[in-house]
Amino acid sequence: MATLREIRRRITSIKNIEQVTDAMRVVAAARLRRAQENITATRPYADKLNTILAHLISQMDTQEQALTHPLLEERDLKHVCVISVSGDRGLCGSFNSNVIRTTTQRIQHYQDGGADTTLICIGRRTHEHFTRRGYDMTDGYVNIFRQLEFQTAVDIVHEFEELYIDKKIDRVEVIYNNFKSAILQTVLVEQLLPLVPEEPEGDTLFLDYIYEPSQVELFEMLLGKHLNMQMWKVLLDSNAAEQAARMAAMENATQKAKELIDELILQRNRARQTQITTEISEIVSGASAQEGN
Amino acid sequence: MQSRSFHLEIRTPEKLIFEGDVASVGAPGVEGNFQILAGHIPFLTALGVGEIRIGESSETQQRLATSGGVFEVLRTGVTALVETAEWSSEIDIPRAEAALTRAKEQLSDDNPDLNRPRAEAALARAQNRIKVANNS
Repeated sequence: MATLREIRRRITSIKNIEQVTDAMRVVAAARLRRAQENITATRPYADKLNTILAHLISQMDTQEQALTHPLLEERDLKHVCVISVSGDRGLCGSFNSNVIRTTTQRIQHYQDGGADTTLICIGRRTHEHFTRRGYDMTDGYVNIFRQLEFQTAVDIVHEFEELYIDKKIDRVEVIYNNFKSAILQTVLVEQLLPLVPEEPEGDTLFLDYIYEPSQVELFEMLLGKHLNMQMWKVLLDSNAAEQAARMAAMENATQKAKELIDELILQRNRARQTQITTEISEIVSGASAQEGN
Repeated sequence: MQSRSFHLEIRTPEKLIFEGDVASVGAPGVEGNFQILAGHIPFLTALGVGEIRIGESSETQQRLATSGGVFEVLRTGVTALVETAEWSSEIDIPRAEAALTRAKEQLSDDNPDLNRPRAEAALARAQNRIKVANNS
């Protein structure tokens, strides 16, 4: 059995750990709130963009102009680009490992089907994991989540959009943690390219606009913006999910630490009791031995 | 003649930049700069790199540097969705100048791997930001 001093030392060290995990929980909670605000701030822009895009699609449909655009073109899968979005840091439960597992599965799936894959890693965790294992991948994007900027999303889109238009890749897929709520995050696989245009909702009661440049050119430009927006949403979502996952993980850790401390305190008291009992019995037996003289 | 005003909203993906009633707004369309006053007919256009000028009344004018987006005029108001927007007073000139130097260096190198359209776009953005900042 552990000595009294060892138990005391363990209690102190676990108390320290508890303080650290609790502080991390508080930080994650604050970051989560900010991440959620960012998601909310994006919504009006995204909604408006979608409305305009849907309107243009409905207009072009009526004029029987087929929707043809390089970004909408479906091709045989010879080369697939997989974007894997993780966090930059650990200590957030299964957040990173879920993405890594799904990414590995998807890549395996495509390679079994005879397609090549290129991997774009976002976040240091996946980047390090797949670099170590020698996957075919690009430079990737690390340490972007601390100060998340829209420009990063634009840069990522640029990278794969050109490859797609040059027909070097035939599909772009993103794997990330979807922020459902503060307690639920699920790994999602979404196809970014070829774009699947959303059906316009119902009858658009728009007056017709003056278009400058033409509808087709506007439509093409808006597709690019739409893609940037999709990527931006993925980054924001993943960021919020990461903070939520970390908050839950740290809360668990703090809870476990508390339980362990209670357990150790019981042990400590028992050890102290035993020690005192031993001491007393030693004194008593010592005294009785003296009396016997 | 009474001056009429209309509702204007300028948004980036990250935040709301401006919302309020204004007398006029000027913007850099891809086919040339234009200005909108109250009562304009519905109009949809793409914006290029340039300057958005908001006239809240006939005297005051606020200016923004933007790198492009969409501009929609409806009877109910005007919405600009831009990917970046910075108030002229908030532009970080040293940073813009650093970006300008970087873009120029990239373009002067004979690097076959260089993505020329992208470097040129970066150059245009940096020049625009410096121009808007200095114009106050």
